Amino acid sequence: MRTPFGLHLERRLTIPAWLPVAVPVGSMLAALLICGVILIITGHDPFSTYSTLFSQGFTGQGAMTSMLQTGTPLLFTGLAAAAAFRMRIFNIGGEGQLYIGAMAASGVGLALGGQPTGVIVVAMIAAAALGGLLWAAIPGVLKAVTGTSELITSLMLNYVAGLLITYLIYDSSSYWRDLSSFSAKQFPQGKTLSANAGWPSTSTLLSPATVLLILVIAAAAAWGWRAWRSRQAGRKAIAVVLVAIVASAALANATPAQSVVLPLGFGVGLIACIAVWVLYRETRFGYEARVVGDAPAAARYAGISQRRKIIAVMVISGMIAAVGGASQIGDFGHVLDPRGLQQQSLGYTGIVVAALARFHPLGVPVVALVLGGLTNAGFSLQGPNFPSGLVGILQGALVLATLAGTVLGQYSLRTGRRPVVEPEAIAEASAVDAVLGPT
Amino acid sequence: MNRGIVVVTLASAVFYGTPLLFAALGELLAERSGVLNLGVEGMMLVGAVCGFWTVERLSGPSPLVLLVAILVAALAGAAIALIHAFIVVTLRANQIVSGLALTIFAGATGLSTYLGDVGNLGGKPAAHAFHSIDVLGLAGAPVLGPVLFHQNVLVYISWVLVALVSFYLFRTRQGLHLRAVGESPAAADSLGINVTRQRYVHTLAGGALAGVGGAYFSLALTPSWLPGMTGGAGWIAVALVIFAFWQPALTLVGAYFFGALSSLGFNLQSRGVNLPPEVFSALPYVLTIVVLVAVTSGWTKRRVGAPAALGIPYVREDR
Repeated sequence: MRTPFGLHLERRLTIPAWLPVAVPVGSMLAALLICGVILIITGHDPFSTYSTLFSQGFTGQGAMTSMLQTGTPLLFTGLAAAAAFRMRIFNIGGEGQLYIGAMAASGVGLALGGQPTGVIVVAMIAAAALGGLLWAAIPGVLKAVTGTSELITSLMLNYVAGLLITYLIYDSSSYWRDLSSFSAKQFPQGKTLSANAGWPSTSTLLSPATVLLILVIAAAAAWGWRAWRSRQAGRKAIAVVLVAIVASAALANATPAQSVVLPLGFGVGLIACIAVWVLYRETRFGYEARVVGDAPAAARYAGISQRRKIIAVMVISGMIAAVGGASQIGDFGHVLDPRGLQQQSLGYTGIVVAALARFHPLGVPVVALVLGGLTNAGFSLQGPNFPSGLVGILQGALVLATLAGTVLGQYSLRTGRRPVVEPEAIAEASAVDAVLGPT
Repeated sequence: MNRGIVVVTLASAVFYGTPLLFAALGELLAERSGVLNLGVEGMMLVGAVCGFWTVERLSGPSPLVLLVAILVAALAGAAIALIHAFIVVTLRANQIVSGLALTIFAGATGLSTYLGDVGNLGGKPAAHAFHSIDVLGLAGAPVLGPVLFHQNVLVYISWVLVALVSFYLFRTRQGLHLRAVGESPAAADSLGINVTRQRYVHTLAGGALAGVGGAYFSLALTPSWLPGMTGGAGWIAVALVIFAFWQPALTLVGAYFFGALSSLGFNLQSRGVNLPPEVFSALPYVLTIVVLVAVTSGWTKRRVGAPAALGIPYVREDR
């Protein structure tokens, strides 16, 4: 089959040991390269842009606190997308589910203004989860009962949810809207939550290198554990883990520590990640949902109810995204701000987070933090001297490069005419190829 | 009579539905070859910004500038579609994730907004724009005049395009090959049809039409550039292909139905119907869901018209 440029894929028969490391690194470099080309064409220096991005997003004064601030909602929307996409339920309604969560949580937060903080926090999370459940149930039920594509219905509901919260603040005298003063009537805004409805946070001294150290150790440990379990290269794994720990410990002294605020929402999100991981990995529900997603025919023969699984997965995903909205109100905003929420497009970025984490719940927090830092840096860059939009370009390029990288980890891209199809002929042809090169 | 609400709504249905029609016809071609491209919104926005940029920077007689602008928008849309084609046809990656990534890469938070800022295009009226023309002097004719004979050139081009795509799909050998690839790539391959080439060509054609649909926004609908100005039209176009059962002629009907919906808000408001503006703005999105449910359930449960191989990569070795 002649293809453009004569490109085709060939399954790798052996996977070299360096490949699992080279693929993510290569994907990231490819994305940076694509963005670099765009930057050069439009007259910006990619190296200075990237170094500014890095310091603004990760190492600069206060960067880690902002990274957590943007990373926390992304942790929720990313986990929501990962929980659904992993089961082949394409919920792109995280955006709207987050709005509904923010709406429900701020409503409850306002209503319970005088109660102790603990009560309010729990009530806000519960209200948001309920809101997200109901909102996500719409596309879930439609998919389960009439087979309507959840992709489009969940997306359309994002616009509806955005218009709903805009209506509450800008075009009505709703419970959420602040009508107490003349200026508030002229310039619509939401009521601010009372002080004891603000979620508590702790702050610690951390240096960026320490965080890197923790991440490297975690990654190396995960990789080592997997290698250990599959009885491959057990010793090699331990050696790599040790080297990683020593190398990053050396790095840890390089950057000064700064005071970092850890919001409560981030902790809640971490617990949610672990809960989803356990639910999908260790329970009967998770197993059955995986079968429904990966092999619907097998699920049918095994008597697994597809409808219930579809609705359940959609609802779980919606609840997680909505709790992200509650954290957005309780941890950071303290007021329902439709414009602010819609400008951040946290739900869509959540899909990027999930895709980069390869839909693994435990990969989500790390990727959410990295993308949180990147998003902050991108927004701080833009202004009169720098165009906006770099954030989306970088995010999109990262996902596309990761998709390509995942495939190229299992297949190699060859040029020239592909061998004849029959299995015996493939063996022969590759033998011929080895001698003569592709014909 | 021609100012009555029915005529005004019909005329604006055509006016507002045309960008959806271009984008949906493009998506239809891609999906007929088996490639689901969810990047329509991104490709439309890049088309919109590139078309507008061309009009801003090029001086010359208006028709010529506009022609070049449309070609540039089509090329830009096709260039973005090429990324998707490479990822999903050559590399056989997941089409849904790739399409979503494409929209983020090119869409309101990405490349289109970046280019708009680089070219300093925001907030200006277009130097040249498509205006409605009086065809055969019939613009004043009762009812049909404003609806059919007082539209811009792109509207008439879109009608020709519907006829061409219909003819191409159902009356030519090439169209038969395209449908074969979308239904059963293995069978098509064994007949010597180049599956990869068909998928590349039609994904690129789809991107080009999405680009033109985007340029309609920035050069005809509201002749100016605003980041994210398509406001979900690309997604409605994806939904339209499903409503239309992958038939070009039905795509036209569906596009005008949604055109009517998106203009109904202004028309009712200008007549003193007093409802919050958000209700009218939400109408197209809510009705997209309602119509989609109606189409996918009940009398058409068999997914009439959906290409059997839609969304599935073709692996020759698995044949």
